[in-house]
Amino acid sequence: MKRAALVVLLLAALAFPAVFTLPFPRHVMIMIFLYGSLAVAWNILAGYCGQISLGHAVFFGIGAYTSTLLVARAGVSPWLGMLAGAVLAVIVSQAVGFPVFRLRGHYFAIATIAVGEIVQTLFINWDWAGGARGVFVPIRRPDSFVNFQFNESKAVYYYIALGLLLLGLAVTRRLEGSRPGYYFRAIREDQEAAASLGVHVAREKLRAMALSAALTALGGTFYAQYLLFIDPEAVFPLSLSILICLVSVLGGVGTLWGPVVGAAVLVPLSEYTRVWLGGTGKALDLVIYGALIVLVAVAQPSGLVGLARRLGRRSPPGQ
Amino acid sequence: MSLLTVSGLTKRFGGVIANRDVSFAVASGELVGVIGPNGAGKSTLFDLVTGFQRADAGRVTLDGADVTRLRPDEIARRGVARTFQKLRPFSDMTVLENVMVGAFLRTADVAAAREAAHHALTSVGLADRVDAHARGLSTGQRKRLELARALATRPRLLLLDEVTGGVDQATIPGLVRLVRELHAGGLALVVIEHNMRVIMELAQRIVALQLGEVIADAPPSEIVRNPRVIDAYLGQAWRP
Repeated sequence: MKRAALVVLLLAALAFPAVFTLPFPRHVMIMIFLYGSLAVAWNILAGYCGQISLGHAVFFGIGAYTSTLLVARAGVSPWLGMLAGAVLAVIVSQAVGFPVFRLRGHYFAIATIAVGEIVQTLFINWDWAGGARGVFVPIRRPDSFVNFQFNESKAVYYYIALGLLLLGLAVTRRLEGSRPGYYFRAIREDQEAAASLGVHVAREKLRAMALSAALTALGGTFYAQYLLFIDPEAVFPLSLSILICLVSVLGGVGTLWGPVVGAAVLVPLSEYTRVWLGGTGKALDLVIYGALIVLVAVAQPSGLVGLARRLGRRSPPGQ
Repeated sequence: MSLLTVSGLTKRFGGVIANRDVSFAVASGELVGVIGPNGAGKSTLFDLVTGFQRADAGRVTLDGADVTRLRPDEIARRGVARTFQKLRPFSDMTVLENVMVGAFLRTADVAAAREAAHHALTSVGLADRVDAHARGLSTGQRKRLELARALATRPRLLLLDEVTGGVDQATIPGLVRLVRELHAGGLALVVIEHNMRVIMELAQRIVALQLGEVIADAPPSEIVRNPRVIDAYLGQAWRP
């Protein structure tokens, strides 16, 4: 039953660009997939392993900048740049994680904010990387897969974004059914108890951080190739780190589908209020976000997925 | 050779000396009790042996190998498991998943870990609660859960911090029987226990601590006659 529903959902996602040919609905779906995949990546570290990061824009930005600088300065295919970005993000995540994981709870979260701010400031002042002005991805015509540029139609971007999301979900699913996944959750629940059972807490946290950082960096490269322009304000802001966290929290942290549900609710909200209200309603989506988050925190801390589960339990079996 | 040897362990917290020059040994398959008033340093001793606290002086050896500076997970890997005085279940995980975390120390295979966890849960009498969330268990059941979790790591030495603390009278005999079965199976145990009847019944030897120092290390029959132990802990009612 559940499997059938997933197959239908996947087929609908695959058929969507054939039905909706206008750019805007496709754009909304692409953003849902992108933010969904970022939230899925964040969820591995924060939801499963319990390490709340508010600096994930660092890995997103590293992904975006690595591929963009490689293609703009050296003509390297963004696909290779994407891999390089993921590798670099993993290296940075380990270097940052080693000291920062000594901190717990709120202190860890605050330290990740600080790291995010430092990296953004570095890029604003780094002239070779475009400084505050940012970097353009050189336009290549005609569209080609090697160049990771599709200016004629959003359909290809759509499928790449969907692929990123599915990759993140597959990694999470695999994690849930393997030893590291159990270790991550044990660390989230009680790291002393986990250590007493032989869990190398520091190593497992770094593993979670590496997975999370790599997946986040892939999204960064995608974003750069989709918009063809990046600057530190767009790819390193604290607001992005917070948004990734909010998407997950709204949908349900520590669950496979929570981040996807969160993205499916928040992204259309943001995109449609932007379109309907134009300049006058500039921050209205943030006001609604805020209200939703307060509502979730107070009424249903396990998010929309938790709410669905609770409602599911309440209805009598067979219905 | 002793399985566990503790020699000259000292631990200070600021001006407080939690353990002062503590020495004792545990042989393979032995069951040693640790008694003493609150604040005597019993739990600190466990923390030092299992790597959760770092000793200021002294040595802990396991089968002759120095493990004083090892991390908790390294000590677990060498076959020392423990429970905590304040219970620490993984609340948001099921009973089975809790125990699987322990079982994963000896296998990376999920099916094998699940089987080992089932086995450990059966041995502590929790087989009917495998799918319950740990947060839904009673205190007695949580004690059993922590035991199962520790046993799933396949220890040679098990440190139990208060077997009967915080559980009702009716639950105590079952827990005591369980500990005795584990001991009969060849496991070495060190047991912190406040219930004197229980520890007298279980232990082959008792180490008495007061203000961080060992004031007696003897079989139970001698411990109850030791004047220092009576003054520090047991009280006059025990004087024969």
